Amino acid sequence: MVCNCTYEESTKYLEPLQEILKNYQTIEKNLVPILQDVQDEYGYLPRDILSEIATYLDLSLSQVFGVVTFYSQFHLKPRGENIIRVCTGTACHVRGGSEVLEQIQEELNIKNGQTTDDLSFTLETVACIGACGLAPVIMINDETYGRMTAEKVLDVLGEYIE
Amino acid sequence: MDKINLTIDNKDIKVPPGTTLLKAAEKAGIDVPSLCYHPDLTIHGACRVCVIENLKDNSLLASCVTPVQNGMELSTRSMKARKARRRNVKLLLANHPNDCLGCDRNGSCELQDITHNLGICREDIEEIQGEVRKVPRDQVGPALKRDPNKCILCGRCVRVCEEVQGVSALQFSNRGFDSIVTTAFDLPQSEINCANCGQCATVCPVGAITEVSEIKNVWEALEDDNLHVVCQTAPSIQATIGEEFGYKAGTVVTGKLIAALDKLGFDRVFSTEFTADLTIMEEGAEFLQRITKNENLPHITSCCPGWVKYAEHNYPELLNHLSSAKSPQQMFSALSKTYYAEKEGLDPEKIYTVSIMPCTAKKFEKEREEINASQSKDTDAVLTTRELARMIKEVGIKFEMLEDKEYDILMGKHTGAGTIFGTTGGVAEAAVRTVKEKLTGEPLNRLDLGFKGINKAEVVINDKIIRVAIVNGLKNAEKILKEVKKGQSNYDFVEIMACPHGCVGGGGQPLPVDEKTKELRGNSLSHTDRQSVVRRSHKNPMIEKLYSEYLKEPNGSKSHQLLHTSYKKRAKN
Repeated sequence: MVCNCTYEESTKYLEPLQEILKNYQTIEKNLVPILQDVQDEYGYLPRDILSEIATYLDLSLSQVFGVVTFYSQFHLKPRGENIIRVCTGTACHVRGGSEVLEQIQEELNIKNGQTTDDLSFTLETVACIGACGLAPVIMINDETYGRMTAEKVLDVLGEYIE
Repeated sequence: MDKINLTIDNKDIKVPPGTTLLKAAEKAGIDVPSLCYHPDLTIHGACRVCVIENLKDNSLLASCVTPVQNGMELSTRSMKARKARRRNVKLLLANHPNDCLGCDRNGSCELQDITHNLGICREDIEEIQGEVRKVPRDQVGPALKRDPNKCILCGRCVRVCEEVQGVSALQFSNRGFDSIVTTAFDLPQSEINCANCGQCATVCPVGAITEVSEIKNVWEALEDDNLHVVCQTAPSIQATIGEEFGYKAGTVVTGKLIAALDKLGFDRVFSTEFTADLTIMEEGAEFLQRITKNENLPHITSCCPGWVKYAEHNYPELLNHLSSAKSPQQMFSALSKTYYAEKEGLDPEKIYTVSIMPCTAKKFEKEREEINASQSKDTDAVLTTRELARMIKEVGIKFEMLEDKEYDILMGKHTGAGTIFGTTGGVAEAAVRTVKEKLTGEPLNRLDLGFKGINKAEVVINDKIIRVAIVNGLKNAEKILKEVKKGQSNYDFVEIMACPHGCVGGGGQPLPVDEKTKELRGNSLSHTDRQSVVRRSHKNPMIEKLYSEYLKEPNGSKSHQLLHTSYKKRAKN
């Protein structure tokens, strides 16, 4: 274990994990579904939790780490409450997607792939979200915002900044 | 079953079905270059260096994974096959530091050999320019260091760690260009479930995993006039170091080894076989006690530090089965700074103890906090067989011209029982020899346990059947330990060695190595034992002297203070 929390704290922390593990037999093939459930619950995949999962499935932590780093769906660092996805596909690129991205980076003071210190935003780029008619496009969580400009994107962000 | 007919380079070949093209080519007298393939591991088929051409459809086949088929017509030397092999090696070099001069494996690197054999020159390498990996190196040690930038992703280390050792400390992580072989969260090998056995270093074709070298420290000690430098050589070294100087595998060069150490400037050259005999005395006494009281059985050996660390991670509940006796290395070092210092009238602080070991885990063992018996650190430096060979080469000693010497007597005298510690089954055999004779007065006929995997034997001692098992390779150990854990084991004595074939197959031994080489080395040690005049540890006159003048009795209070240790639970993951 890496954390320095008390026994009670750590037991409480691990409770949701134990609930998830109850649904799965200790077979190696359950690793990916367990990781998905755990990430849904914790928001990311903390090291202590991965150790527990490895031990539960009789795997080594390195084996679990190998799987986690292979799939882009898994995250080892805490994720923001809001996930911003900026499209960098051809249509969005041609119509100024990169300026939109730059504006967001400047406004939130994070780079592509990073999360703000207060854990409110995570910024990612995606190849295409299939809304080329609305280019340039960004998504925040499940909402799509089209015909973005460097100015407009600030208003959109404003809706999410508390 | 009917044999398969095919032609390779116009030569007709008959081989059994299931044979790979690589093996078939070998039979045709062709050595196809390969990198990810290793004879002792499962097949991977990733590096594409072994491609040969199927002349019927001009396709390229990875010969290490493709099985033979009737009527195949293959060429290992067609323009297409040669070009493809060269291109694949060039691509590996395009993302390789190519700093051979500063590499630990310079001269023993398989990639370097293949590059040379394929005639790839600087212009060829410069032809392909691309992004080069720049990953931090793990230099933490104390046993192993990794340089992922040199890694060619052949996966041999991943396979040996999983298939042979059942540890899986190393894995492929990330994807595509970013793929590297690493530990969980890139943690240093010293901080994870790694046993430090170094098998990864023995199968690595390049310099991506090597031992942490202590050569510099040893040279400094040898130069220091204030220090009295003693060394101990592990039993297996005499049967392996010859390979570094052109001798055939299994050639025993004990006399020359001692002479070389003497020339390097060690003040005393002793043998770990002496303390192997001592281990038998201590561990034998402990085993006798357990058998009599019927407690903590099976008794499990503790001389292999790779196995000990594996047990601490994976079977903490069985640690009370491990003998509390220290390994021969640590017994020697403890005595070098107590018994030997007293006998020679030396200040223990001024004694510098070096061990020549077949093993990378011994470098970790010497750092264990609980292991020290003297005021200072018992073992000051551990050199692997490879490191010692490098020192001998550095000063230009012509090994083959050395005149045989003998060990210094006080802690160099040993028996055949001590010698066979260096190969699998040796510890069990040596222990049972002494235990049986102590109890019945009759000598033991050889157990002659086999070399690979798990072997069992039964010995009748005073109407009681003693069941002995020997295991090498940690994956094999798991099978026996699971039985012990469930209470289904009826063994009395279990010897466990982390490395296949025991110390002769250790992580610090000369390279390249495969099963066959290890068997030759082991056979030589058994042969040396058979030729020894004294073959039972308790008959070693210097051991008798040690007890009568210093330790008094096996398992006595002095012994416990100097020669026994404890183990601790470590996290599984």
